[in-house]
Amino acid sequence: MARQRVMVVGGGLAGLSAAMKLAELGIDVDVMSLTPVKRSHSVCAQGGINSCSDQTRQAGDSEWKHFDDTVYGGDFLQHQPPVKEMAYWAPKIINLMDRLGVTFNRTTEGFIDRRRFGGTLYKRTAFAGATTGQQLLYALDEQVRRWEVAGKVRKYEHWDFLGPVLDNHGVCRGCVGQDLVSMEIRAFPADAVLIASGGCGLLYGRSTNSVMCTGSAVSRCFQAGAKYANGEFIQVHPTAVPGADKLRLMSESARGEGGRVWVPRTPQDPRNPRDIPESERYYFLEERYPQYGNLVPRDIATREIFDICINEGLSVEKGRQCVYLDLTHIPRQELDRKLGGILEIYEKFQGVDPRVTPMKIFPAVHYSMGGLWVDYDRTADGGLRSASPTNMVTNLPGLYALGECNYQYHGANRLGANSLLSCIFDGLFAAPGLEVWLSSRATAAAEAPASLFESEVRRQQACQQELIRRPAGGENPYLLHQTLGEVMTKAATVVRRNPQLRDALREVEELAARAKRCALADTGQWTNQNLVFTRALLDMFPLAQTILRGALARDECRGAHYKPEFAMPHLTGETTAQRRAEADAWCTRFDENNRRWLKSTVAVWQPREESVQLSYEDVDTSLIPPRPRLYGLVGAALIEEVWNQRVTAQLARVP
Amino acid sequence: MAENHREGEAAKTFDVRILRQAGPGQASYWERHRVSYEPDMNVISVLQKIAAHPRTADGQDVTPVAWDCNCLEEVCGSCTMVINGRVRQACSALVDRLLEQHPDEIELRPASTFPVVRDLVVDRGRLFQALKKVTAWVAVDGYYDRGEGPPQSQEEQEQLYPLSHCMSCGCCLEACPQYARVELTRGVDESPEEFVQRQAETYDRLFLGPHAISQVILFNSHPTGRHMSSLRLDALIAEGGIQLCGNAQNCVAVCPKDIPLTTSIARAGRAATVHALRKWFDV
Repeated sequence: MARQRVMVVGGGLAGLSAAMKLAELGIDVDVMSLTPVKRSHSVCAQGGINSCSDQTRQAGDSEWKHFDDTVYGGDFLQHQPPVKEMAYWAPKIINLMDRLGVTFNRTTEGFIDRRRFGGTLYKRTAFAGATTGQQLLYALDEQVRRWEVAGKVRKYEHWDFLGPVLDNHGVCRGCVGQDLVSMEIRAFPADAVLIASGGCGLLYGRSTNSVMCTGSAVSRCFQAGAKYANGEFIQVHPTAVPGADKLRLMSESARGEGGRVWVPRTPQDPRNPRDIPESERYYFLEERYPQYGNLVPRDIATREIFDICINEGLSVEKGRQCVYLDLTHIPRQELDRKLGGILEIYEKFQGVDPRVTPMKIFPAVHYSMGGLWVDYDRTADGGLRSASPTNMVTNLPGLYALGECNYQYHGANRLGANSLLSCIFDGLFAAPGLEVWLSSRATAAAEAPASLFESEVRRQQACQQELIRRPAGGENPYLLHQTLGEVMTKAATVVRRNPQLRDALREVEELAARAKRCALADTGQWTNQNLVFTRALLDMFPLAQTILRGALARDECRGAHYKPEFAMPHLTGETTAQRRAEADAWCTRFDENNRRWLKSTVAVWQPREESVQLSYEDVDTSLIPPRPRLYGLVGAALIEEVWNQRVTAQLARVP
Repeated sequence: MAENHREGEAAKTFDVRILRQAGPGQASYWERHRVSYEPDMNVISVLQKIAAHPRTADGQDVTPVAWDCNCLEEVCGSCTMVINGRVRQACSALVDRLLEQHPDEIELRPASTFPVVRDLVVDRGRLFQALKKVTAWVAVDGYYDRGEGPPQSQEEQEQLYPLSHCMSCGCCLEACPQYARVELTRGVDESPEEFVQRQAETYDRLFLGPHAISQVILFNSHPTGRHMSSLRLDALIAEGGIQLCGNAQNCVAVCPKDIPLTTSIARAGRAATVHALRKWFDV
């Protein structure tokens, strides 16, 4: 058999960890990336990476608790075995990254320092200042460069993935890519293709994502028949700084290190924030969630900030929605040591020193919990079978999805500092399974009939020619993108309402039709960014439709998906007995809702109709039974009590 | 009234002069664009506006200007260009500040030390080649679980962390008088692989640059990385090595991440001298 190769699409944490592990296993790897891999969006991750540690263990933490926090934070929407496996791998992953030279912050004695992050009560998060993603990515970039020198890895940087090549059994045998400099289109036979292309924040116009996070690689797989799951679950990060070109993230670690979110009790108090006395400040997260305070999960913090600004009219500024994120009580030296990276960003882009003046922040689209549907191989004890080619494979054999672009770990809401973990875990864990997949193949992709690849290349060349030959004066792709972003941001972010979602779907379909009449301002064959952007825009519509259809269909509140119409009621009864009856009804409704909606949304693209078909899949919750997600909300103790009584009674009935 | 006010503001414009080039080997030319002013713009949002409406100040339709960018928060190193005569990241170049320095006009040029691919896009492959030359990685045994990494003091971490911030943007190389531009073209009978090989060999003979010297200090200071110190010092004393540094100290002045490049160069210079002497006595 000819030598087999694996193609990795995307050079962020997931792609590079897969590439280096595959190379270590002796497998030849190609890495295709829009940008030199060192510039991938993983560099934007700031706060840290989670695992339980020797120290948290002594405070009662364990891998199981990390697993539990992750599924509880995700509102139980994720299959539990992959999450469990990831949590148990987490300490080993941090050790590995430490060995690779990541400059994690240290304690006085020289151990890796940890801080607290959202959705947990333990200090689990290892960090390298406030540039943890950058530092982790650089360590992997260095290892992959080492394998490049050794001849095991070839990089195709400044290449765009145009789509998978499937044989007539539907097996992925490689892909087609385009050189973004020479505009050459060519096929890459590959015995497995790993999509590790990250998120799709550009669907929302401006977000915390980098400009290359268009979701195009994923959309091209989706349009080729790969399933997409839980698309409607989009994380809106509570703390970002609005800008004309981008919404710049201010890491959750700011709150992990003691940062406090507040607004003046007097609407639009004109005083300098430092002159507003404590008694006239409303620390609304701390008051509403005494147990978790500023470190409630992101979906909750985001909704509360929205509520404060929009419903309560307490925004700090009059014409613009924002709240204070205050670090000014923390010593300057500590801030520089632990949060330097984000403070510099704020200072550079806002011209204000956040060590002295509270930052003004507002939520922004940040992360896609949903993504390509992938399978897993469950062991009897509820973990993942190692070296199984079933792990992380899409419904198209030979096509895998790793990192943010799959749907596997974060359910309805991702906890901070779990994404870096899930990306690296995916790459390391998938590689041995791929080795088994390769050895099971009878022929190498390089030996597949040339016509298979040639026809796909010709199809892509024809698509490109069609775009280039369009008459001038058509629709402007950049303006259509801006409109798409506005439609998506209005309908499918923090608060979702069915009439708005219906309108948005209609508007997106209209935009998709108009996008077919886009004319290029550049029809050349050299570094044509206009062509590449327009093609990415066309591929945004199938994913936008998937998000909107999923959101419209899901009539409930779960994690980041919040429809006020279906929100669970507060307990309002005056007497304890009344409230107990309400809590009982609450629990019954919670149970019924789970029976109906504790399911993954699975979308399939219908190429002929150019629309999305949804179905639902049961979630494996066999390890940790779903329970109400309350986070010590004021007044929720009673619901918890009633729920626990029910569970105990249920267990007693089991013979 | 409010509407009128807004219209009045929208009428405020400024000019952007861009040094354009259609491709390698082609002549460059200046092109002037007029952009409507908005608050909080940076050079990226200016280029985005030009891409959406590619028309010069005198009303001529042109192809959109090509440029590199990704993160827009100065951590990825993509958007290096020369803005009002200074090499920097376009994302953190705020229009209000630029107009304070030069009212009514902003000038954009590609970095001159790298071959132009198109307009503001340059080929920075050479700077990554230097990272290969100096073995810029920790040569761990493998990626299986081997327990914790070597312990490190806070002081050590605080020394290494700034060095590991280098985002390979190339600003230091644009500013360095010793880092001369080299532009190779693929020969007619040369395969792409052969061309890449020839490029690497050529780059390896030329000055490796302050960014790579600083990476030597980073990895030679790491408890495991230092096992390969002498290999990296060999690269520093080889052709294209640290001896070519003319101590102009421009690199440290333009580094957007404030990396102490000249401190690294001084340390590397001393280490390289000791290493060279040792090698003589070994012989």
